[in-house]
Amino acid sequence: MFRVVDHRYDSRNKSAVNRQRFFRRFRAQIRRAVSDAITGRSITDIDAGEDISIPAKDLSEPQFGLGEGGVRENVYAGNDRFNAGDEVERPLAGQGEGRGGAGDGTGLEDDFVFHVSREEFLNLFFDDLALPDLVKKELARIPEHKLVRAGFSQTGVPANLNIVRSMRGALGRRTALAAPYRMRLQEAEQELAELVPVRGDDDDAVRALREEIAHLKTRIEAIPFIDSFDLRFNNRIRQPRPTTQAAMFCLMDVSGSMDEEKKEIAKRFFLLLYLFLRRNYENVDVVFIRHHTVASEVTEEEFFHSRESGGTVVSSALKLMHEIIRDRYSSGAWNLYGAQASDGDNWDNDSPVCRDLLIDAIVPLVQYFAYVEIAAGEPQNLWREYLRVAARSPRFAMQRIGDLTDIYPVFRELFRKKAAA
Amino acid sequence: MSRERRPGAAGTRPSARGAHGRGARPLPAPGEWSIELIERYNGELARLAAGFGLDTYPIQIELITAEQMMDAYASIGMPTYYHHWSFGKHFLATEKRYKRGQMGLAYEIVINSDPCIAYLMEENTMTMQALVIAHAAYGHNSFFKNNYLFTTWTSAEGIIDYLLFARNYIAECEQRHGEQRVEELLDSCHALMNLGVDRYKRSSRLSLERERERQREREAFIQAQVNDLWRTLPAHEQVEAGEEPVRFPAEPQENLLYFVEKHAPLLEPWQREIVRIVRKIAQYFYPQRQTQVMNEGWACFWHYTLINALYDEGLLAEHFMIEFLQHHTNVIAQPPYDSPHYSGINPYALGFAMWRDLRRICERPDAEDREWFPEIAGSDWRTCLDFAMRNFKDESFIAQFLSPRLIRELRLFAVLDDDRQEHLRISAIHDARGYRAIRNALSLQYNLGNLEPDVQVWNADIRGDRSLTLRHRQTHRRPLHQATEEVLKHMARLWGFTVRLETLREDGSIELTGECRVEKRKGAR
Repeated sequence: MFRVVDHRYDSRNKSAVNRQRFFRRFRAQIRRAVSDAITGRSITDIDAGEDISIPAKDLSEPQFGLGEGGVRENVYAGNDRFNAGDEVERPLAGQGEGRGGAGDGTGLEDDFVFHVSREEFLNLFFDDLALPDLVKKELARIPEHKLVRAGFSQTGVPANLNIVRSMRGALGRRTALAAPYRMRLQEAEQELAELVPVRGDDDDAVRALREEIAHLKTRIEAIPFIDSFDLRFNNRIRQPRPTTQAAMFCLMDVSGSMDEEKKEIAKRFFLLLYLFLRRNYENVDVVFIRHHTVASEVTEEEFFHSRESGGTVVSSALKLMHEIIRDRYSSGAWNLYGAQASDGDNWDNDSPVCRDLLIDAIVPLVQYFAYVEIAAGEPQNLWREYLRVAARSPRFAMQRIGDLTDIYPVFRELFRKKAAA
Repeated sequence: MSRERRPGAAGTRPSARGAHGRGARPLPAPGEWSIELIERYNGELARLAAGFGLDTYPIQIELITAEQMMDAYASIGMPTYYHHWSFGKHFLATEKRYKRGQMGLAYEIVINSDPCIAYLMEENTMTMQALVIAHAAYGHNSFFKNNYLFTTWTSAEGIIDYLLFARNYIAECEQRHGEQRVEELLDSCHALMNLGVDRYKRSSRLSLERERERQREREAFIQAQVNDLWRTLPAHEQVEAGEEPVRFPAEPQENLLYFVEKHAPLLEPWQREIVRIVRKIAQYFYPQRQTQVMNEGWACFWHYTLINALYDEGLLAEHFMIEFLQHHTNVIAQPPYDSPHYSGINPYALGFAMWRDLRRICERPDAEDREWFPEIAGSDWRTCLDFAMRNFKDESFIAQFLSPRLIRELRLFAVLDDDRQEHLRISAIHDARGYRAIRNALSLQYNLGNLEPDVQVWNADIRGDRSLTLRHRQTHRRPLHQATEEVLKHMARLWGFTVRLETLREDGSIELTGECRVEKRKGAR
């Protein structure tokens, strides 16, 4: 007996369960590795998988086995120089001698390195994070519909009449209904052509045939050119359109007091928010606004890499953000998120303006607004004013962070799942 | 094995200067295979195999993708297996190395089942598919069906069903008792898996129906037995003071998992069943570990012989043969000891060479062969090979059939490594004085009893603190490796009480070499 079974199209990922269990079991180690990876990564390759490395001894599968030492005799192949009785330095050969005999499971291996896909990488990272109100927003999505084509129907409004379809149907119907008459007509005409030379024009049979032919022709013509039965209308059905768009505003202070290190930290903060949105929305628009005394919208490249100096007027950036929302993202189809990074410097007189702008204009429009202050010293007036915003709105959050390694905890803090929300 | 490159232009046209055949048209050998072609090739291979007298199980070829091949890898090739994180770990390791190009996937996995299941990978060329069919579906298959270890120790007809039973049962346990507990139990069982086999006692055949039926009876029965053993009433008064305390078990038990299953005091019935499942599966794989050289060599011998026979009939195109030979030589390559690629003796190379050599001794013996193998020199090679395939395992096969000529060809030499000596000593080489020594040393190298430590259950203190003592019988002063401590923890988890490990040295002294204490009833699962 010989049987060929084609399994190629069977369910893939038979190992998925085992893989998940592996992740679950080494969750702590893997998350530590992921956290390290985020800290060390540059922005261009953040959106990729990652090689995760775990100390091999953590996940060894021990078994009873023999260790090094004692007396053993091994047979090797390819003798090129030895004679019986020769004494040789150990090891016998430089390369292959690392493990002799039953060296497995001795726990001396290097780290266990494996690759997690981008998806898994991010999943691991965002596992228990969710934006506040996100669930709420998702459940209470504005039921927006779009019309999509769904074939043809026999009823409809005249505006939806599909002429080609209708005419095609009519043609088919006419052909079908006329077929028996045409067949007879053809026969009769042929009979007539045969009879006339034999019997002459005035014969009864000839006359009868002529009458029949005339009758058949009227019958054929009597078939209606188009019937209400033929009409076809374009059918459209309404499909709910999920709002899977988000716009994220990155606001950053690029004044002289923001040094490279602080920008690095800010970069990672934006990065994480961006990735998080990417996971939840199909399309994420990112708007980069940088400011010193004046604000401008820039490309990502300029945002992170060009240097500016001068004073700081934070409200300029908030004003610009508000304008952009009004111009481009005012429809209900956008979920808006704001993320602001600064070192906390601001003109004293400007901070209350910022506060009012946020409370009155921006926070009501956005899903969430996060502010991080990258500074070591005492909080300044901007922080104090923002505290008042935070007190007013649960959709506004703020944090102070010191260096790179603080980012991950801060991120968790900002976006931690609110159990009851 | 590296991914193959097809030589020259592949097409369906028959080779212009068509081979040896008497006008026979070669089978098409395009790069792309098709199911029809696979069946045609198999038809020819089946005809030849029958002509050579190969006795096989029915064949089931399964076509799979590379990804599915990696899945199969992760579960030791079995089509269905219970879930465990360690398989996920193996999958990740394989996947990474494969994607990095550090390794190709083995081009075949074949399962000792009835019908014999062989996987063909989608990515293979037609040549590869034909090679794999010859190798797995005829070579391995006939070995599985006829070698005494497999026929005695495994039940090819029941294994797939049993694995299905095992998977469902373990999934059920996970639901009832939680994944965590099942996982811990499996971890511990896996740690003892290599010493969880019977080496001398024949196990009963596997059957899904009976297994299900008996599993419940067994639960009740075993539990009763265990309870009896641990009866706390002072029923036995005959242990007099001063008398040698009675050991339990009376004879040492080599199968650690068996002992746990039958006698561990605190296990619940479902836990005993899982121990049994791991034990049964370990037993199923035990013969494969003892016949690697023979089995792989046999499969290589037959793919080589069958494909060449096809070629001699003019049924194979030249480019097919070139591709075939490239793969074949890759598989049976034996790098010398000082090569960076050396990783021990390649079982494919040694096995293939031995079977070929055996055939040569039968067909064209020289004076040396007549002296060393008087009984088989000049006999019918098919009878001789069939006999050898049926009745040997690696250890005995090498001890019996490794010829001086092959020792010379492979330039084998034995090295004595004594950690008390400053230098290694070359104990024998491929010369007249060394043949027997090398044959002996190589044979021992494939003796599992030599590769694995001899650890047995020595005593369970059933009247005292219920501690369990394992005894390691040391040979050649070889110690257990560092993982031993971890393994003892697993043993203690299964046993539920303190576990000790003693080492019996060759001079007769006994030393306590390991201990894993378990406080009363704690950690008992």
